[in-house]
Amino acid sequence: MAVQTIFPVTRIHEPLRADIEVQAGKVTDAWLGAHLFRGMESMMLNRDPRDAALFTQRICGICSSAHSIAASMAQQQAFGVHPTPTGQHLTNLIYAADIIQNNLRHFYVLVLYDYVKGPDIPPYVPRAQTDYRLPPKVSEELLQHAKQAARKAVQAHEAMAVFGAKAPMQQTILPTGVTEQASGERIMAYSSILQEITEWVENVHISDVLTIAEYYQDYYSIGAGYGNFISVGMFPAPLTGDRSFPAGLVINQGQPETLDVNHFAEEIRYSWYNGDGAGHAPIQAGPGPNRDKPEAYSWIKAPRYKELPVECGPLARGFISGDYRRGVSVMDRLIARARETLKICKLAQGFVAAIVPDTPSFQRYTQPDSGAGVGLTDAMRGVLGHWLEYKHNKVTHYQIITPTTWNFSPRDNRGVRGPVEQALIGTPIAAEGELIEAGRVIRSFDPCFTCAVHLFKK
Amino acid sequence: MLSRRDFLKLCMSAALTAGLTEQLLPIMRQAFAERKLTKPPVIWLELGSCTGNSVSLDNAVNPTFYQVLHDMIDLRYHWLLNAAQGEQAVQALMDTVEQESGNFWIVVEGSVMTADNGRFNHIFLRGNEMVTGLAALREFAPRAKHVIAVGTCACFGGPAAAYPNPGGAKGVWDVIKQPVINIPGCPSHPDWITGTFSHLLMYGLPQMDSYNRPKMFFGQTIHDLCQRRQQYEDGIFAAFPGEKGCLYKVGCKGPVTHADCPKRQWNHYVNWPVRAGAPCIGCAGPGFPDSTMPFYEHLPDVHTPLGALNVKKIGAAAVGLGAAATGVHFITGVMTRRVGKNWLEGTKPQETDQPENLEQLKQELDDLIRQQNALISESKSLAKNKVKRRLPRTFRKKVVDFFRPGPKHRR
Repeated sequence: MAVQTIFPVTRIHEPLRADIEVQAGKVTDAWLGAHLFRGMESMMLNRDPRDAALFTQRICGICSSAHSIAASMAQQQAFGVHPTPTGQHLTNLIYAADIIQNNLRHFYVLVLYDYVKGPDIPPYVPRAQTDYRLPPKVSEELLQHAKQAARKAVQAHEAMAVFGAKAPMQQTILPTGVTEQASGERIMAYSSILQEITEWVENVHISDVLTIAEYYQDYYSIGAGYGNFISVGMFPAPLTGDRSFPAGLVINQGQPETLDVNHFAEEIRYSWYNGDGAGHAPIQAGPGPNRDKPEAYSWIKAPRYKELPVECGPLARGFISGDYRRGVSVMDRLIARARETLKICKLAQGFVAAIVPDTPSFQRYTQPDSGAGVGLTDAMRGVLGHWLEYKHNKVTHYQIITPTTWNFSPRDNRGVRGPVEQALIGTPIAAEGELIEAGRVIRSFDPCFTCAVHLFKK
Repeated sequence: MLSRRDFLKLCMSAALTAGLTEQLLPIMRQAFAERKLTKPPVIWLELGSCTGNSVSLDNAVNPTFYQVLHDMIDLRYHWLLNAAQGEQAVQALMDTVEQESGNFWIVVEGSVMTADNGRFNHIFLRGNEMVTGLAALREFAPRAKHVIAVGTCACFGGPAAAYPNPGGAKGVWDVIKQPVINIPGCPSHPDWITGTFSHLLMYGLPQMDSYNRPKMFFGQTIHDLCQRRQQYEDGIFAAFPGEKGCLYKVGCKGPVTHADCPKRQWNHYVNWPVRAGAPCIGCAGPGFPDSTMPFYEHLPDVHTPLGALNVKKIGAAAVGLGAAATGVHFITGVMTRRVGKNWLEGTKPQETDQPENLEQLKQELDDLIRQQNALISESKSLAKNKVKRRLPRTFRKKVVDFFRPGPKHRR
């Protein structure tokens, strides 16, 4: 028995420590620990509830718009207001552009160098020595595409800034819409960028992912995990609120079921927070930090749905919407993400077409003195929820559950592994010093620990 | 190679035509080719951050971030980009520190978590030792040629240090003794980062203000450069974000925020908050976010035992800070620590954390007001001369139009 530690696991957002037990060339157990604690939720207390969207998106620089949207949904409910049709479309457009940006950067900046040798300069050297299977010509072509992808991701952020003012950390989303005008000129600017990206994703990105999959076919059977999936949906339509990606739950790769957010609970036996009692719902106050807790090994809590560990992200949405159900593995996650990118490009084209230029993109409102609301949307990497309560225009409760907490949770109160810990089990390891295979499994989830670590403290 | 004067001109005006990076890289390439410069080895440490500044730098335009990597710096360690993981990556980091001692740059993204002796933020494993961000920074900084803080978190604590700051987040310059170059912004604009890097490479330290921010990017307030400035002067104010008119009354912090966003704009000059109808939230300022919240409330008059201070006076003092550069740390203290956190309608409960010494505070405020009065009288005398310097109307209009982003930059 040998436990090896990778810290930092690179090419992911923020500090992740992976302790991996390898026996006879296979992973037999794994512990994943996040190592940054900021406590953003406690910072929201006593602030003006209107500031939630602008402040909480600072949790994450890679998917800032997701937090902003979840927070403004919570505000909408708390203030009793609704977005204007144009406002909703513009919000969706900002979000679509950010997702495209995230997905392109995830594959071409973070994932690619697990499979392709990069240029011979830092930071691409040093690198693992084993298991680069692509012929040099294909490899070279992918590296060229990576350069193009970098440009496309920049353009996606430009599209986001057309209505979002700047990216990352867009600044225009309000509870009733977006402060930027839906002028013809702006709509044209967005749609021309979108058009270009859509073509590129369709022609290049998807085939690049499939190229990798072709040379690494064994990764169709590595990194399976539980096969439990969850999504709260994303891209609500104006007025009806129907979501382009539906909410739902899948247990053990079965049929989608209805989701009830009241079954969310966070457990903390193995997390550096006081206490180890029963899981608490996000509308309840949570415990404060305790770095010296003996059993604990992560700042991440263990969110569970009816005590079940569940995976979220593009593959989960694929299973729930029926878009992608080939199986559960490293490659399935990468392919589902690429396909979803294309789907979102096309959805965004629909949103653009639905906008009537120069219609109001927001409306004035005054918030009531007190209120409460929940904002739920899927982020790029999965289920995101913001729970907000305020009295006399001061926030009295703020709680966030983020995607990476679901996927990268440590063991729960019953000692059951988190989804990624489970997905690592059985991964074959060729060179024990390098663990490149474990890195591939971890990166297929698009982890981001910036957002994952949080607390609530009264 | 460009003269420094031309370089500064380029930095301050690049936004009018194209990306700064785009214009700088050919110059850098040539300088490297002629062996006038060598690429600096760079260690990029991410501490209590959100990765937003790395993502923003990825948005450097035309050429891309790839070319910045290839043509400007030698990025030895950046965990978002290192192909190696775990021990191998840490080895690359340590090799750089050993072999390039006195030569490498440290770029820090994110604030330094100091609570519990830094244990709220471990960043790598060396041997069997978990190394905290705080310890790594303190160990490496004395051996670095330059320490550069990128983003408001690394500069001043930023959102990670918002009250009650359970992680004890602090700006880099609060925890190490070496001089730090601060490039704030939440996130920092890619031009600000690449521009500062280029200046360091070609001419050494740029001219900086009292917050150690390069003046070429942070020398003026948003308010001074704003396209909606005329509406402020004319008294046309928006009553709700997104409406026409100056956004001051719906919370714009432009008057107290030093940055060139209005001129430079964001994401390949597509847009910037005030243009899009969103008030500036002061994200490049040292007090962000505590001293600029609530974001949708305008800066209130600050009532002190010595009379009311309003936003104009604070703005004037802030401008003064930029101009006077050094020797005004007492005002800095008052503005960021005292006024920022105790008087502005922030989040801190009024009864706790009173200033430790009222006498001292009174003295500081007194000095501040004296300083302001001096500034106001100075600006009045400047205003008198201004009349003579007025340009003919048509020519002025041309100049104004030139600085206003035209259709070709709007996309």
